[in-house]
Amino acid sequence: MTLLQTPLYSACVEQKARMTEFAGWSMPVQFSGIKQEHQAVRQRAGLFDISHMGKFELRGPGVIAALQTLVPSNLGRLTQGQAQYTVLLNPEGGIIDDLIVYLKSSPVGSGTGLETVALIVNAATTDKDKTWLLEHLAGTGIELVDESRDRALISIQGPAAAALLQPHTSLELNALGRFAHRDTALLGQMAWVARTGYTGEDGFEIMTDPDTALALWQTLTEAGAAPCGLGARDTLRLEAAMALYGQDIDDTTSPPEAGLGWLVHLDEKGDFIGRSVLEQQRAEGVSRRLVGLAMTGRHIARHDYPVLYQGDRVGTITSGTLAPTLNIPIALAYVAAPLAKVGQVLEVEVRGEPQGATVVKRPFYRAK
Amino acid sequence: MAFEYPETLKYLDSHEYARTDDDEGIVTVGITAFALDQMGDIVFLELPEIGDSLEKGEKFGTVESVKAVEELKSPVSGEVLERNEALIEAPEQIGDDPYGDGWLVKIRATDLDDLDDALTADEYKDQVGG
Repeated sequence: MTLLQTPLYSACVEQKARMTEFAGWSMPVQFSGIKQEHQAVRQRAGLFDISHMGKFELRGPGVIAALQTLVPSNLGRLTQGQAQYTVLLNPEGGIIDDLIVYLKSSPVGSGTGLETVALIVNAATTDKDKTWLLEHLAGTGIELVDESRDRALISIQGPAAAALLQPHTSLELNALGRFAHRDTALLGQMAWVARTGYTGEDGFEIMTDPDTALALWQTLTEAGAAPCGLGARDTLRLEAAMALYGQDIDDTTSPPEAGLGWLVHLDEKGDFIGRSVLEQQRAEGVSRRLVGLAMTGRHIARHDYPVLYQGDRVGTITSGTLAPTLNIPIALAYVAAPLAKVGQVLEVEVRGEPQGATVVKRPFYRAK
Repeated sequence: MAFEYPETLKYLDSHEYARTDDDEGIVTVGITAFALDQMGDIVFLELPEIGDSLEKGEKFGTVESVKAVEELKSPVSGEVLERNEALIEAPEQIGDDPYGDGWLVKIRATDLDDLDDALTADEYKDQVGG
């Protein structure tokens, strides 16, 4: 199978990236090394090619109203220029995908009664999401434009992100709040900038045409942003305890189980797919919960390792790594709800041997 | 990327190296620079006890990195004479000097002919693509 290449593929190869297959794309997994890249983002700024992510634009009448039926969050909270993190749910309350919904122009803002909404979804779920959206938006007059392979997406993350990006745009970046976004000019070209990210640091995600992305990549790396791969992206998001779709959350996990209960606004909105299951879970509680674990020893608890309590299986690891900032192995795991409390001592079975672990607060790391 | 593969060592396709630099049948075993680079930061090392007997081609320990867990295979049958205690304490240092301070175990080989079918530096280099 031929792998897809992002507009930044050759730039990454030129910068000595080690490439890997991810969701059908050839993507950089690391440049200078995961640890160095991770620290660059925590201390200064790192640059990620995330052009593989799914990019949809929905245009038409009542886009937000239509999306309200597909997510548990109240999208009525969105104002023009703001974004919201949420999930698409199946009828069983399971997560089809996690995504960010951006209101680009509201009916009032557009002056035409029409809305424009952008969705950024996971690369591996782009086709599945598109099918689901088209099925549920049929007959609404809403048009879905799939820009996944045409537009580039760059993420600059870290405490110096704003300072490195500011010289190249007239947009006042520090006036842009968290989860705010704007159309603006970058390097003299049209671009769309959002103050979002997947690292636990301040940062921006920038969508442009492929040529502008390439120029921006070169400009920002020359200015000192460290090119970073998927390896550091994973350790950064895990320290920030952000879920990875397909690993920590999937079609069988509900938001309250996954620690995403804050996305569920049952009392603020009407019916949506999966609502009855979430109502039942609110009334009866859930049987398992996603927790953060800190390992006692040096072993890394990896995906699918069993979690034990007094010798009995009580859960499963979903993600684990050696946390570069904290220098201890950390993990996310689903465990039986009664054991899902901070301070609870558990064990993780590492290749046949039980190893100590303690439930700790999430996120593992929080930016100062 | 070019890595060093000393000519005096023998190599396994599972990325261990073996050094026989004396006449007493003692073999020093470690992991090649190529394999360490592929694995990334090493976080855990499990080695056999002194006195344990090893079988050629059988697992004698585990090396764990941020990315993966790999079994270590013994290039010879024999008895463990020494293990690198400093490295067990600080496994992240293995990559600093893979063919020197990064050694894992010293084995008294039952029969040095066990190494006859191991790879030469050139053969190993061909296998890992230079």
